[in-house]
Amino acid sequence: MAEMKKRWMSLYVENQVGVLSKISGLFSAKMYNLESLTVGTTEDESVSRMTIGVAADDVTYEQIKKQLNRMVEVIKVIDLENVPAHMKEIMFAKINNINAEKMTELFQIAQVFGVRVVDMGTKTATIECVQTESKNNEMIKLLKAKFSTIEIVRGGNVAIESVSVTDRY
Amino acid sequence: MQQITGAKLFVNALKEEGVDKIFAYPGAVVADLFDEIGKQDDIQLILPRHEQGLIHAADGYARSTGKVGVCLVTSGPGATNIVTGLANANYDSVPLVCFTGQVPTGLIGNDAFQEVDIIGITRNICKYGVTVRNREDLGRIIKEAFYIARSGKPGPVVIDLPKDVQVAPGSKEYPEKVSIRGYKPVTEVHVGQLKRGFKLLKSAKRPLFLVGGGLNISRANDSFLKLVDIMKVPVISTIMGRGAIPSDHPYFVGNVGMHGSYASNMSIMNCDVLFSIGTRFNDRITGDLNEFAPNARIVHIDIDTSAISRNVTVEVPIVADAGNAVEKMLEWATPLDTGEWMNTINGWKEERPLEMKKGKGLSPQVILETVNEMFPEYIAVTDVGQHQMWCTQYLEINSKRQLLTSGGLGVMGFGLPAAIGAQFGNPEAQVICISGDGGAQMNIQEMATAVCHKLPVIFCIFNNSYLGMVRQMQQLFYGKRYVGTCLRWQKDKCPDHCKGPGDQCPPYVPDFVSLAESYSALGIRVTDPKDIKLAFRDAAANKNGPTLIEFIIDTDEIVLPMVKGGNPISSMIFSPKGV
Repeated sequence: MAEMKKRWMSLYVENQVGVLSKISGLFSAKMYNLESLTVGTTEDESVSRMTIGVAADDVTYEQIKKQLNRMVEVIKVIDLENVPAHMKEIMFAKINNINAEKMTELFQIAQVFGVRVVDMGTKTATIECVQTESKNNEMIKLLKAKFSTIEIVRGGNVAIESVSVTDRY
Repeated sequence: MQQITGAKLFVNALKEEGVDKIFAYPGAVVADLFDEIGKQDDIQLILPRHEQGLIHAADGYARSTGKVGVCLVTSGPGATNIVTGLANANYDSVPLVCFTGQVPTGLIGNDAFQEVDIIGITRNICKYGVTVRNREDLGRIIKEAFYIARSGKPGPVVIDLPKDVQVAPGSKEYPEKVSIRGYKPVTEVHVGQLKRGFKLLKSAKRPLFLVGGGLNISRANDSFLKLVDIMKVPVISTIMGRGAIPSDHPYFVGNVGMHGSYASNMSIMNCDVLFSIGTRFNDRITGDLNEFAPNARIVHIDIDTSAISRNVTVEVPIVADAGNAVEKMLEWATPLDTGEWMNTINGWKEERPLEMKKGKGLSPQVILETVNEMFPEYIAVTDVGQHQMWCTQYLEINSKRQLLTSGGLGVMGFGLPAAIGAQFGNPEAQVICISGDGGAQMNIQEMATAVCHKLPVIFCIFNNSYLGMVRQMQQLFYGKRYVGTCLRWQKDKCPDHCKGPGDQCPPYVPDFVSLAESYSALGIRVTDPKDIKLAFRDAAANKNGPTLIEFIIDTDEIVLPMVKGGNPISSMIFSPKGV
C-alpha cells in the first residue's frame, strides 16, 4: 500500500455556477479524500482560485490532477507539493464561561503565539488565528487543555506560490 | 441590428454545425423549438417513442457515422430519461449534443412543474453540461458544445435551455471560432515519447498490440492495418476495438479479457512488450491487476491523460490521438521477427479454439456464422448480455462491417434504438440488431419508430427465456440458484422451487412474432437451424420496414471461455461445469 500523504494544490477555474459542485463532486464520486477546499475570485473576476488539500498516495494524487485537468471548467492545476508557497488558514476560537484568571491566561496565550484577541465580554473572548493549518491544530489542542467550553470555526487553507528566486537578487 | 429568437438561433446553429437529423421528443417547454424546426426542411426531426430510445438512437447514429448525434428532449422526465444514455455515451466516448428544455429561469428553484436540475444530475456522466442563463450566451454555448463533443476524446454534452431563453430576441450571430481557456484537446503527437515506445516495441521478442475503441473512434483502421502488415506484430483487441484490423486477419489473435479467447489472454500473459492503443484497461480487460501482463513492459497511447497509468503501470505513456500516432509510426515501421512468437500463439489458438458445441440445434454460433456468410457488408448492433459476447466472439468484423455495442456501461435496451439510429445514418446499409429476450423488452417500443420510418432493420432476438448472463453466473458461481432471472415465471403456474426449464413451463410472454405483427412489422420465429438462412433471406428482402426474427436457443448455452470477475485473466473457465 502506497503512503497516504496530505498534499496541496491550487486550481484556476471558471467562475461559473456549478463549478464548485463539479469539483467537489469529483472527489466524492471517485472516493478521493478531500480534506480542505477554499474558493474565491481572483483579480480576474471571471476566474476563481481554489486551494485544495487532499490525503492521497502518489498514484491517486496523479490521477486527481489528471481528472481535474480534463474538466472543461478547470483552467489550470498548480501542484503545491514541490513548490515553495505561502499557506495560511484563518481560524476563530471563542472561549466561553471563563473567569478573570482564565481570561488573563487566554491573553497570555494570544501574546505568546502571536494571535489576536478580537472580541471580548465579561465571560467570553474570541481569538483570531491566521497561521498555518498545523499551528491551528496545535492551538486547538492547547485551548482544549486549558478551557472547557470552546467553539472553533476554521476557514481552510489559502495558498500562493512564493516569489520566484530569480526575482530576489 | 436584426434580432431573432433563441429558438431561431438554435435551428440556425444546428444547420451551421451540419446537423441533418435531430432525435427529438416534445414537451411543454420545448414547443417553441419544435415549432421552429417545423419551419424548415434541412434538418429532419425524428420522433422515437421514449427518450431513452431517443438518446440511444442518436448514439447509434453518431457511432456509425462519426458525426455528432443531436437530441432534444423536454424538461423533467424528458431530461431524466436520457440519463442512462448519457452515461453510456460518456463511457464509450460517443459525441452527442443533448438539448434539454427547462422551465423559465424565473421559475428555476421553485419546484416548478417538470423542473429538474438536469445539469446537476448529469454532472458526473457527461463531458460538459451547462444551463443557458442569458439569451446572448446561446450561440457561443452551442458552438462550444459541438466543439467539445466532437474534439479530443469525444463525449456527450448537455445544454439546458430555459423556456424564456428560447423565446427571447437577441443577436443572430453564430460564432465561427471557439476558444475555451480550460479545454485544449491534444492534437499533436509527442514524437520523442512515441519514438521511445516504438523502440521498445522493436526490441521485443514477443511484442503484442492491444487495441481498444480509441482506434476505431479515430478511424485509424487502414493505417493500423498497414502497420501490422509491415511489422508482423500480433494484435488483440478489447470488444470496443474489435474490427481495428479485420478479425479474420492472420495477425489478429482475438478479444482479450473476461470472455476473451484463450490465445488472447495467454498472449497477454506471455508477451514481453505490450503496446496498447486507445484502451483504458478496464477491469473486464485486465482481471486481477497484479497478474496482468506480468512479463511485459507496457507502452500506452491514449488521448485521455487520465486513462494512462491509472489501472496498470505504464513504462512509456504517450498522450496522443490514436490515428496521428499510428500514422507517425508508419514512417518508421520495419518488419520484426515474430515467426516463433506467432507459432506459439497459433498453438494456443489450436489448443483451445473458440467454439460452441456442435450438432445441438440452434446455437448462437451457427446463427452468427450465417450472418457472416450471408451479409458481406453490415452494421451489427448488439444489446447487452450473452448474445453480445457471442457477437464479439463470432461476428467477423472488417472495413465493410461495423460492430456497435454498449461496452463501458453495458446498457440493456441499447440495441434496437441504436440500430435504428445507425440505419438513419446509413440508409443504404444492412443494419442487423442482435439482442437477447431480456434487453429486447427494454426498448421494444422503438419498433414503432422503425415501422413508421420504414427502416429495414433486421432485429434478431436470441430467446433463451432467461436473463442469460446473470443466469450463467448463477450456474457457475451461485450453486445453480436461478433467482430472478427466468422470464417465463408466472404466478400460480410455477412451483416454489423451480427444477429447471421444461415442457411444464408457462408460455413465454410476450409472443415476439405477434408483437412484431402488432407493429405491422414482419415477425419470424426460428427453431430449427435449417430455417436460419431462409429467415435472413426473407428479412433482407423486406426493404420496407423492420423484420423481427426470434431465434429460440438453448437455455443452458453459456458464454465461454470465462474469467470470474477479479481473477487473473489466465484462470479461465472452459466448461459449463465451472471451475
